Amino acid sequence: MTDPRATSQREVERAARHSYGKLLAFLAARTGDVAAAEDALSEAFASALTAWPRQGVPRTAEAWLLTAARRKAIDAVRRRRTEQAAVEPLLLLAEAAQAADDAAPDIPDDRLRLMFTCAHPAIEVAARAPLILQTLLGFDAGTIASAFLVAPATMGQRLVRAKRKILEAAIPFRVPGPDELAERLGPVLDAIYAAFAEGWTDPTGTTERRRGLAEEAIWLGRVVASLLPHEPEALGLLALMLHAEARRAARRDAAGGYVPLSAQDPRQWDAGLIREAEALLLRASAAGRVGRFQLEAAVQSAHAARRLTRHTDWVAIIALYDALLAETGSPVVAINRAAAIGEQLGAAAGLSALDGLTDDRRLAEYQPYWVARAVLLARTGEVDAASQAFERAIGLEPDPAVRRFLQQQRAHCRPPSETPD
Amino acid sequence: MKYMLLIYRDEAALQPMSGHTMSEMTAAYLAYTKTLHDSGAFVAGDRLGLSANATTVRVSDGRTQVLNGPYAETKEQLGGFYIIDVADLDAALAWAARCPGAQYGVMEVRPIPAQPLAA
Repeated sequence: MTDPRATSQREVERAARHSYGKLLAFLAARTGDVAAAEDALSEAFASALTAWPRQGVPRTAEAWLLTAARRKAIDAVRRRRTEQAAVEPLLLLAEAAQAADDAAPDIPDDRLRLMFTCAHPAIEVAARAPLILQTLLGFDAGTIASAFLVAPATMGQRLVRAKRKILEAAIPFRVPGPDELAERLGPVLDAIYAAFAEGWTDPTGTTERRRGLAEEAIWLGRVVASLLPHEPEALGLLALMLHAEARRAARRDAAGGYVPLSAQDPRQWDAGLIREAEALLLRASAAGRVGRFQLEAAVQSAHAARRLTRHTDWVAIIALYDALLAETGSPVVAINRAAAIGEQLGAAAGLSALDGLTDDRRLAEYQPYWVARAVLLARTGEVDAASQAFERAIGLEPDPAVRRFLQQQRAHCRPPSETPD
Repeated sequence: MKYMLLIYRDEAALQPMSGHTMSEMTAAYLAYTKTLHDSGAFVAGDRLGLSANATTVRVSDGRTQVLNGPYAETKEQLGGFYIIDVADLDAALAWAARCPGAQYGVMEVRPIPAQPLAA
């Protein structure tokens, strides 16, 4: 047995992951005050961390957390009695927590409503996805800032402004009607994908919170796809995430070493998830409205076909990246396209596709750019330049397993080498 | 929840308006205002005179400065307003979209804090 304190912290961590978004959505939807709900809940989770090792983990963790959140709100009311204006939202919060407690364990799931509030057109564009991550998954501003490549202070202010606007402009918590749905869906899907990508970069899961992130994102994706079964991009996003998830286990060898996509054994891929993803993509294509997520899922589908055909159809993949580039103009897409061109037409062609991007200053610190460059340079025999590019990529890579892989590649620096997925 | 709908429009575009267009706009405003009343959302509202007739006042170092013209010399000028009382921002945005001002110019929707200025 592990020591009881460690077990309890894991329980708290699990409660945080499963209950946080749901409880926050419930409280925020009834008070309109996201920040107050966050404060009360974070204090409730803090008291759980101290109380549960002594008392044991309660059977109904959500009800326990709500009771604690209500007490925290009431305590705050007592402290601030003099200011009526400051007290009112706390009383509302305490009331909402009581209502949820009474409903437990059947607390209504307001997470989807909350997602659409965060992605409301009245909210600053750059705040929408971060707000969904913070409210639904309990991320702190610092983690979100690093995922979106923004200074933590900037991200913190952005989130504070957005929450204040939700409260003070009374942005409603509701799923938009059919006429507005299409335009409101994009930011919701972007945010879910950002959460998935954040969890995906950490495959071994150094923390339980992060390991669960990709699963949580898939769960959010399933909720949206089931609510909007005729929105092809919602289906496309879910297909994309399932395709990636299907390859999770194959990304590490028995020793924990990094295995790039082209070296993975397709038999290790999860056939069930791939089938589900393919079915979703087929349903999405029936709508006849192509979009970014469907195209990205189609790229993954082309890679997955290797388990049947034993080779990768790079011509198809290049065509899909062409369409994606036209759709998004993203430098990240352009890098992947250059790597695919390198596979089909040779390293020199890949390099010249990559050279067209060097004006984009954001790429100087973008690790996949340097990996793609290093791999292509190594193949053309420019050993010194390749070694320098590998060094840059290694310096930018946070994952130790990928870093080791890149160090090996750099040591060999001769073909054939691999592009990490 | 109360919101102020501020109506901004290009005054230069009003001048060459034909009598017909002008009466069409007036009729649209009358119908809109009546609908607002009937729905129970109307709190207040009126149109404003031209910005050329505006005067700006400020006090600095104890001296009152009076200047001819509106505060901001922009192409679109504040031309009227409504104060409405509705459930939430979406309802306010829907009323702003129906306002003839959204067709002839641009609407700004501002929440009015629930807590009154004087307790």
